[in-house]
Amino acid sequence: MRPEADLGFAALFAPSLLDPARDAPSTVAGRNGAPAGRRYDVYRNNVTVSLIEALVAIYPAVQRITGTDFFRAMARFHVRNTPPSSPLLFDYGRDFPEFVANYAHAQNIPWLADVARIERAWLDAYHAADEVPLAPVRLSAIATERLGDLVFAPHPAARIVRSQYAAVTIFAAHRDSAPVARIDASTPEDALITRPEFDVVVRHLPPGGAVFAASLMSGQPLGAAAAAALEASAEFDIATNIAGLIEAGAFTSIALGDAG
Amino acid sequence: MIPATKPATVPIRFSLPIGGVAGTSFKPEHLPAILEAGSQAGFFEVHAENYMGAGGAPHRALEAIRRDHPLSLHGVCMSIGGPQPLDRTHLARFRSLVARYQPALVSEHLAWSTHETSFFNDLLPLPYTEATLACVCDHIDEVQEVIHRPLLLENPSTYVTFRESTMSETDFIRAITKRTGCGLLLDINNLFVSATNHGYPALDYLADFPLAHVEEIHLAGHAEQTDDDGNRLLIDSHDGPVADAVWQLFEIIVGQRGPVPTLVEWDSRIPEWPVLLAEAAAAQAILDRGQTASAAEDRRAA
Repeated sequence: MRPEADLGFAALFAPSLLDPARDAPSTVAGRNGAPAGRRYDVYRNNVTVSLIEALVAIYPAVQRITGTDFFRAMARFHVRNTPPSSPLLFDYGRDFPEFVANYAHAQNIPWLADVARIERAWLDAYHAADEVPLAPVRLSAIATERLGDLVFAPHPAARIVRSQYAAVTIFAAHRDSAPVARIDASTPEDALITRPEFDVVVRHLPPGGAVFAASLMSGQPLGAAAAAALEASAEFDIATNIAGLIEAGAFTSIALGDAG
Repeated sequence: MIPATKPATVPIRFSLPIGGVAGTSFKPEHLPAILEAGSQAGFFEVHAENYMGAGGAPHRALEAIRRDHPLSLHGVCMSIGGPQPLDRTHLARFRSLVARYQPALVSEHLAWSTHETSFFNDLLPLPYTEATLACVCDHIDEVQEVIHRPLLLENPSTYVTFRESTMSETDFIRAITKRTGCGLLLDINNLFVSATNHGYPALDYLADFPLAHVEEIHLAGHAEQTDDDGNRLLIDSHDGPVADAVWQLFEIIVGQRGPVPTLVEWDSRIPEWPVLLAEAAAAQAILDRGQTASAAEDRRAA
């Protein structure tokens, strides 16, 4: 029988890793039984810094907007409060946009959380399953009177992020190191994120486009999705929107729904 | 009618032993340079977790690498040394990578990284006792059953020791190989880092280490700090060239064990591809000298 009581080492070692106020565990030592002190700090540092680096890798535009020191301080709080629950670091940081939205020192950058949402969606699209997008020609095979009943299967990479700010323009301007021109942040922008093959593409959706795309991606038939989009914006144009979504690779297949 | 056959996305090959060749970590930023150079001697090692996404560019890159080169699949997050049961979902993902990419080498660490639901993203140490030995062996048995092949277990670099340990790391590792039949990945930088940090000669550790079970070697760079008492404290940072002391140990080990697949690891502050390739060439030169020496020995024995 395995003496379970002798396996408590991890429970004693772990709690101080993300809590600088706690002492190093007394179960571990340096040379000749000396307290572990700075030696334990190597583990604290590895854990904290590597998880901050994981957030830097997921949210480069957010870091460029805030500056490195601001970002790392903000990320350190998040890492300590919300360590990953999966060993897959590309899945980490799902709660980070919400954390950013509530972060006291970021309240003067109200679009920051939306930029983070786009970056999180970008990474999800990057790792999503490979699927061939719907060919535009498939739509022309459908009789006009049945179009309203048409149901679209979303591509595994397709995502929508809505913003009250110019989050798409701000995201695009800060994803690389090119100089950033002046941006009017107050224009609302909705993002469509797709990955038709291997490159992730972030597009700015036209008025009503986000409601339309979200309705279709949730399985609503084309007629109902168009009605919802028109209600959201009188400027909504169904032909441009459906062509745009298909060209972007937002869907994999179409089917006629039961309503027909 | 000729029946249609469905082509496999990755050609399935039997992973034969690759012998005394040097390889490098595969970093996606090096892919264009590697593809341009075409098929070459050597192998590539990847961290399994980076390829556990459903699809996209990472798998395309790994397929391209695997088409022309042997692969070493190196798990970092299995938490084999932890007291809690292995994460079965994670183990299933690991198994699918082994099945999909048919790696020549499959390895994991004598360490833990998850406690309860938190993943710490570091290779954390464990005490060496009868209780932890039984637990680690159960975990290795489970991994080997799931992947249908022996695992290579890597010796850790450590900064602390556990007061409750009742056996040496080398005794612990030897007992694991006996009970589970697993092979070993000898990380010479870890060996040197731990020996320096705990104040024992690296050669003493080596003399106690079950070298006959070593099927892969790791070489890497380290950084240097001091502890509270001013003792040298080496950090397993993988962010620079292999240290001279580690090269010297490598020569000794190749002399004793003969040439085995040897990886130059470089995971942070990653250099241009030619720099990493030059480190691998330096390792290959030592392996080749070992090859000649063991051939000469075989002739004498015959």
